[in-house]
Amino acid sequence: MVENRPWLTVLSHAVVLIGLVIIAFPVWMTFVASTHDQQTMLRSPIPLLPGPHMVDNYVQILTEGYGGRFGSSKHTLELGWGPAKISITMSTIAMTMINSMIMALGITIGKIAISIIAAFAIVYFRFPFRMWFFWAIFITLMLPVEVRIVPTYGVVASLGMLDSYSGLIIPLIASATATFLFRQFFMSVPDELTEAARVDGAGPMRFFWDILLPMSRTTIAALFVIQFIYGWNQYLWPLLITTKESFYTVVMAVSRQANVVDSVPSWNLLMTMAMLAMLPPVLVVVFMQRQFVRGLVETEK
Amino acid sequence: MAGVSFKDVRKTYDNKIEVIHGVDMTIADGEFIVIVGPSGCGKSTLLRMVAGLERITGGEISIGERVVNELEPKDRDIAMVFQNYALYPHMTVYENMAYGLKIAKVPKAEIDQRVRDAAKTLELGQLLERRPRQLSGGQRQRVAMGRAIVRKPAVFLFDEPLSNLDAKLRVQMRLEIKRLQRELGVTSIYVTHDQVEAMTLADRLIVMNAGIADQIGTPMDVYDRPASVFVAGFIGSPAMNFLAGRVAEGGRAIELAGQGGARATLALARATTAAAGAAVAVGLRPEHLAPADGGPLELTVELAEPLGADSLLHGRFGESRETVTVRLPGHVRANPGETRRFTVDPGHVHLFDSQTGKRLADA
Ligand SMILES: Nc1ncnc2c1ncn2[C@@H]1O[C@H](COP(=O)(O)OP(=O)(O)OP(=O)(O)O)[C@@H](O)[C@H]1O
Ligand SMILES: [Mg+2]
Repeated sequence: MVENRPWLTVLSHAVVLIGLVIIAFPVWMTFVASTHDQQTMLRSPIPLLPGPHMVDNYVQILTEGYGGRFGSSKHTLELGWGPAKISITMSTIAMTMINSMIMALGITIGKIAISIIAAFAIVYFRFPFRMWFFWAIFITLMLPVEVRIVPTYGVVASLGMLDSYSGLIIPLIASATATFLFRQFFMSVPDELTEAARVDGAGPMRFFWDILLPMSRTTIAALFVIQFIYGWNQYLWPLLITTKESFYTVVMAVSRQANVVDSVPSWNLLMTMAMLAMLPPVLVVVFMQRQFVRGLVETEK
Repeated sequence: MAGVSFKDVRKTYDNKIEVIHGVDMTIADGEFIVIVGPSGCGKSTLLRMVAGLERITGGEISIGERVVNELEPKDRDIAMVFQNYALYPHMTVYENMAYGLKIAKVPKAEIDQRVRDAAKTLELGQLLERRPRQLSGGQRQRVAMGRAIVRKPAVFLFDEPLSNLDAKLRVQMRLEIKRLQRELGVTSIYVTHDQVEAMTLADRLIVMNAGIADQIGTPMDVYDRPASVFVAGFIGSPAMNFLAGRVAEGGRAIELAGQGGARATLALARATTAAAGAAVAVGLRPEHLAPADGGPLELTVELAEPLGADSLLHGRFGESRETVTVRLPGHVRANPGETRRFTVDPGHVHLFDSQTGKRLADA
């Protein structure tokens, strides 16, 4: 800071701290709730400090489930083939975490792969209706999933993709945002670099693999974070197209348990689920942050 | 190793405007050719047509015996050094230099040998594991040269490779390029708009003007006998002075216009072929005007500029319309309004047709 007045420093820190408390408090309460037993959570005042039941709660959610009809069913996951096959039994809640992970990763990787290739085609190749295609992709930016959800559902249903991972993932893969971002990035790559690669004898695909892809690393990392969170937080779409519990996502599971009719919600377990549902996006941000910072510090062009 | 030849080479961009209007020339094996000209005259376009980065829309370019019009850059046996170096940012210096060879499937051991040899020549040995962003401008420039050298091409192409360096480094790299080219003996085509670079590097110069090669010749040829008003004005600094005049005394002298009562007449070393009385443009280089009592040219000083080693006087001859510049050795003081007389060696008077701008032939 240019100015160096003590009260200003105090004030600005105070503002930051207040902001932090406002944002972090609900998360803290969620965490605290996930460490108590059900009785404590139903008494008032509700506790503000962690209790002794953290391990119990998490183990119960991951192995036994929440309780109730949906919450207590088990799911068996079989891995491997033939003699190397192992089966793991877990609660359906744990299964929903795996489903969410598959869906989020599928969407993220699919989106990045498709949009980087689309952007590559649009920026580096001359073909008929090139700009027309670009604008067609661009216009879909203006249509969120919710708007086209009914026709999309129709298509997915008639292709027999309800209750499947492909049904969860594929309709959400096309991404105008990512295509647009990659296009902007590619256009900022100096022409000289493309020409140097041509003189070096790199064909289009080599140029893509050896030069463009490594140079896009930081853009990819940024998109990975954004799209992973987008995929992980999908609610409406999985709710529509899944009818089997084994395809539910964790976000669906949390909301489903919170709305149980005729019984008092077990807040401790519910909050444990919420904590678990928050964990993967947080981890992705934490691990990708390094890439981000590097991307900001190094100018690689 | 190979020469390069241009046969009526033309270029029309997509917007249907022709920017190169037919260039003809033959470059000998091992020759260092510099293309100079003002911005937008088509230097880069011509070079890029040799490289294969721009389609040749008319005529033929051959490298060695092969017409290369339809060949991809990689098949033309050329290497190019770009203005902004164009190093791959995510690869180390070593990988940058090796990339082309790797694609060409040269055996690993040979790649290693060639890269290390080039690194030695260019004193890049310590830097092989660095990334381009960890290098200074001069070092990057050297890596870009290294990348060209390792391919052992028949022709080097340079597009203003030094324009991003500071003045001192530019001189140093210029010498280095010259030395390297002599050592390797590779035919080189070098584009620049810096005339010092052009004069010092070139075996032969191509002076381009709006898509036409106005003159092709050795630097001294171009300086001593510029083929047109454009070339005369472009090569040499400060630029040549041009005065309007008329052929007199049966082609043996020139009478300058606008010299008031005392008519100024310049003798010529050799008679010109132009008809007596024909209007001509007279070119006099600032450095060829010598002070002389009773000389034919009277300069009214408007401004004196000391440069250290030399001094420049700006002013007019008599009541002539054109301002002129005179370059004198050492420190010369002159006040505005002062007059001085100058003469010029007849051998240093250049005559150009005032209509076409072409140099007038001697008789
Ligand atoms: N891709 C293009 N499409 C259309 N016209 C072009 C294109 N590239 C260059 N030109 C035109 O061709 C002419 C020559 O351009 P060129 O780049 O060869 O100039 P140059 O002599 O290299 O100039 P500079 O010294 O500024 O680099 C210019 O008038 C330019 O506007
Ligand atoms: Mg240029």
